[in-house]
Amino acid sequence: MTEYLDQLEHRYDGENPEVGDVEIQNYTINFGPQHPAAHGVLRLVMELDGEIVERVDPHVGLLHRGTEKLIEYKTYMQALPYFDRLDYCSPLCMEHSYVLAIEKLLDLEVPIRAQYLRVLFAELTRISNHMLNLGSHVMDVGAMTPNLWLFEIREDCMNFFERVSGARMHSAYFRPGGVHQDAPLKLLADLADWLDTRLPRLFEDAISLVADNRIFKQRNVDIATVSRDDAIKWGFSGPMIRGSGIAWDLRKSQPYDVYAKMDFDVPVGTRGDCYDRFMVRVEEVRQSARIMKQCLRDMPEGPIASLDRKVVPPKRAEMKRSMEALIHHFKLYTEGFHVPAGDVYVATESPKGEFGVYLVADGTNKPYRCKIRPTAFSHLQAMDFMSKGHMLADTTAILGAMDIVFGECDR
Amino acid sequence: MRAPAPAYRANDGVIDAATAALGGHLLHSLDAVGEVALHVDRDSLVETMVALRDTPGLEYQQLMEIAGVDYPDRGIDRFEVVYCLLSLTRNHRIRVHVQTDDEKPVPSVTGIWPVAGWLEREVYDMYGVLFSGNSDLRRILTDYGFRGHPQRKDFPLTGYVELRYSEEAKRVVYEPVALAQDFRTFDFMSPWEGAEYVLPGDEKAKVPEAKGAPTPLKADEIVKADAPKSPVSGATEPKATENTTQSGAGKPGPGAGEKPANPDVVPSTKGQNQ
Repeated sequence: MTEYLDQLEHRYDGENPEVGDVEIQNYTINFGPQHPAAHGVLRLVMELDGEIVERVDPHVGLLHRGTEKLIEYKTYMQALPYFDRLDYCSPLCMEHSYVLAIEKLLDLEVPIRAQYLRVLFAELTRISNHMLNLGSHVMDVGAMTPNLWLFEIREDCMNFFERVSGARMHSAYFRPGGVHQDAPLKLLADLADWLDTRLPRLFEDAISLVADNRIFKQRNVDIATVSRDDAIKWGFSGPMIRGSGIAWDLRKSQPYDVYAKMDFDVPVGTRGDCYDRFMVRVEEVRQSARIMKQCLRDMPEGPIASLDRKVVPPKRAEMKRSMEALIHHFKLYTEGFHVPAGDVYVATESPKGEFGVYLVADGTNKPYRCKIRPTAFSHLQAMDFMSKGHMLADTTAILGAMDIVFGECDR
Repeated sequence: MRAPAPAYRANDGVIDAATAALGGHLLHSLDAVGEVALHVDRDSLVETMVALRDTPGLEYQQLMEIAGVDYPDRGIDRFEVVYCLLSLTRNHRIRVHVQTDDEKPVPSVTGIWPVAGWLEREVYDMYGVLFSGNSDLRRILTDYGFRGHPQRKDFPLTGYVELRYSEEAKRVVYEPVALAQDFRTFDFMSPWEGAEYVLPGDEKAKVPEAKGAPTPLKADEIVKADAPKSPVSGATEPKATENTTQSGAGKPGPGAGEKPANPDVVPSTKGQNQ
């Protein structure tokens, strides 16, 4: 009652406040670093006007492990497993850029079967990555079930990775010159079965829960609209640039390995909002399955790694009989191979966008400099202009549609 | 190219177009390992970038990456800042290199591409390269209150401090790095391919051998006081490696000199990796 006394005694007018009015200041809050919707250790310093976001200042680097520095102290082969640990949701796609950069410097020919195997498992990685992202995106905006259902597919993917490389997540399967081991025939047959039966059934089931859901659309349509010009200026790539309506896919425009032989479509969005980015990823899963089926159909027999023994170590059975193989094995696992001096920037289409490696070689067996271009860096930077004017609850949707993993962002 | 690397449009004519568009700003250009690299003048970087973005036939619309590289052996202008550009319309990539040191600022390209903001912050954080015109040049990846620039070649891999939670102080404390085990680093340089150190067991080769007993002179070697002066010989020593002291082992190789002092680095009495 006391707060109305002034008004009741006509000391000031409620319609035209002058005396006794309180200036409301903007509210600054911390989002994270420990927040389930931050997808890792992200700290967002947000300035709020009521519930409207005025400014976002993302603080990254809480997961910085000095990967690039460590790589300078390792041989080329020893540095490979660090790439699994960058984007731990799509490890094989991280390795892909790195091995392609080394092969480009060495000008090394890769057998065709190895290229098919790489494409096959890179696409499986894309599916497993999108399962995690789509699931967590819908969970961030309030739906629980699809996430649990999509994790079932992710679990299948993990089992396939384990069967081909021996590790569920940190596979270290792609090697300079090819892949580490051949995939058994039974595994390829099981993959084909899975692509025909389990994947479409489980995936379409889960997506049918949200794709046309009214609540899901209310939370995502017209949230954080990004125009084409903004997408280009802010260095977007992957589903983020395609969501804004630019049909740019490195697998299509700058094909590496056997992507040139693959027949697939590049989905694009029309409005550039969070819903478009979500649906682009949904369609990419279907296209990935299509590419994998083509790989399984066309994959020839043959060696799975280059036969250049100065780069690719021989198999163990060969070592038991051949002195030469033993020497090569010893040299490659102690000293490693030397890469001729030069620098290359090799970028591939990781599930999150353009993942690049700028590799400077100085002719020794260790990289002189290995700069990793994370996809999340440019996307997260745009967080400020994307969430300006939106509600606080929308930031989780924006973040979910960006698909950020901090292992890769912070390196 | 035999490697299955990403295939974009061929580099034909790109250097010519860039030379025509940039004129004197282009110091030199390189087409190596299938990629075009332009080394440009630092002060006119912004004009260069605008020309690369807007000139028809170049059209590099996107800035994908800014990478710093440290070449301490270069002496002057030890840092190289590498801009990786991408053309969506022409489907081509190009790299733009500028050189600088830790004092001379590089003009910021945030006015052309706002994405450069964080990328420049990262180069500043990792190398200490300054960018004039970047309004928000804070550290980005390293810890709050971090000192030094970790990607420099003279920054040790382990860093200088480590942190742990102290039960006594009830907070996180910073302490000088103490390694339980030495960092294992191996040298793969072949001794006969320019290794700049003495191999174990070769230490004696440096010291001149102790003088033994004088060899008794033979009759024809004894110089008589009244003997006629013999003509002076050519005095040119034949160039040959007679023993290990002449092999060049242990001597500094070409290019080994004093490294430039870094104001950020506290000299350590321990080894390089401690």
